[in-house]
Amino acid sequence: MISAQTSAERFAVGTVLPAASFPITRTDLVRYAGASGDFNEIHWNGRFAVEVGLPDVIAHGMYTMAVAGRVLTDWVGDPGAVEEYFVRFSKPVVVPDDGVGALVEVSGKVTKVLDERRVQVDLTVTSSGQKVLGKATAVVRSS
Amino acid sequence: MALDQSFVGRTYPPTPAYEVGREKIREFAESIGDRTPAYRDPEAAKSLGYADVIAPPTFPIVISMPAADQVVYDPALGLDWARVVHGDQRFTHERPMGPGDRVVAVVVVESIKSFAGNDMITLVTEMSTEDGELISTARALLVARGGTETEEQQA
Repeated sequence: MISAQTSAERFAVGTVLPAASFPITRTDLVRYAGASGDFNEIHWNGRFAVEVGLPDVIAHGMYTMAVAGRVLTDWVGDPGAVEEYFVRFSKPVVVPDDGVGALVEVSGKVTKVLDERRVQVDLTVTSSGQKVLGKATAVVRSS
Repeated sequence: MALDQSFVGRTYPPTPAYEVGREKIREFAESIGDRTPAYRDPEAAKSLGYADVIAPPTFPIVISMPAADQVVYDPALGLDWARVVHGDQRFTHERPMGPGDRVVAVVVVESIKSFAGNDMITLVTEMSTEDGELISTARALLVARGGTETEEQQA
């Protein structure tokens, strides 16, 4: 249990964050488009996506980044403790209109103690066994 | 075609203030399926030491992306916006955004590079209150994918 750990234990190098899986459907992309203001058609219009050379509609990179970030914020408890968050968009998450969509799997661990108050967390973010976010790292305040 | 290097270091004018609202934060949190109480319940946020609800770490994209459009659609720069994809994204937060923040964004072109026929442009967007308090910095790499065939067709 988290409450049984000291802060030093909790933020020690090698600490594994609780992993999570996030299903993504077209409905999620439409909702994110509205909430974020990013209405690029490649994120909701299959015909358009294919016309510009994509296999199908793809998730907003920022949506995948946001969802993966939930593993950070759920773990640390205070979302405001995420001081820095970086991702590289290495592969698109294709979201077919088949009633199932895609599944994004996120795991993470503490890789570095940066100073007395901050640690670095590295995330691994995959979909269909492929890394969709590269070098996903965050700086999290530990006290 | 390689982009004009003289745009490196260029600062675009501050955007009109964006006022962060409680319901916009809730809507954004809902859209990413995040039930974190501090995003919607002021009491939960207060227990973490905040004055009011706070926004999720990637919320500032709501402000930084439209701000970056000034560059993406700048005819003088001539970025092939139809071919632009998001290469990477970094957020650095001084504090979380919250309701009532009136946020002004200033975009600077940090670098322009060409690699394997792709144009790569890095934009740094500082988001501050109207009073000048820096809240968040977004750093985005945008890649205009090279389209040799298309260019040949156009030529």
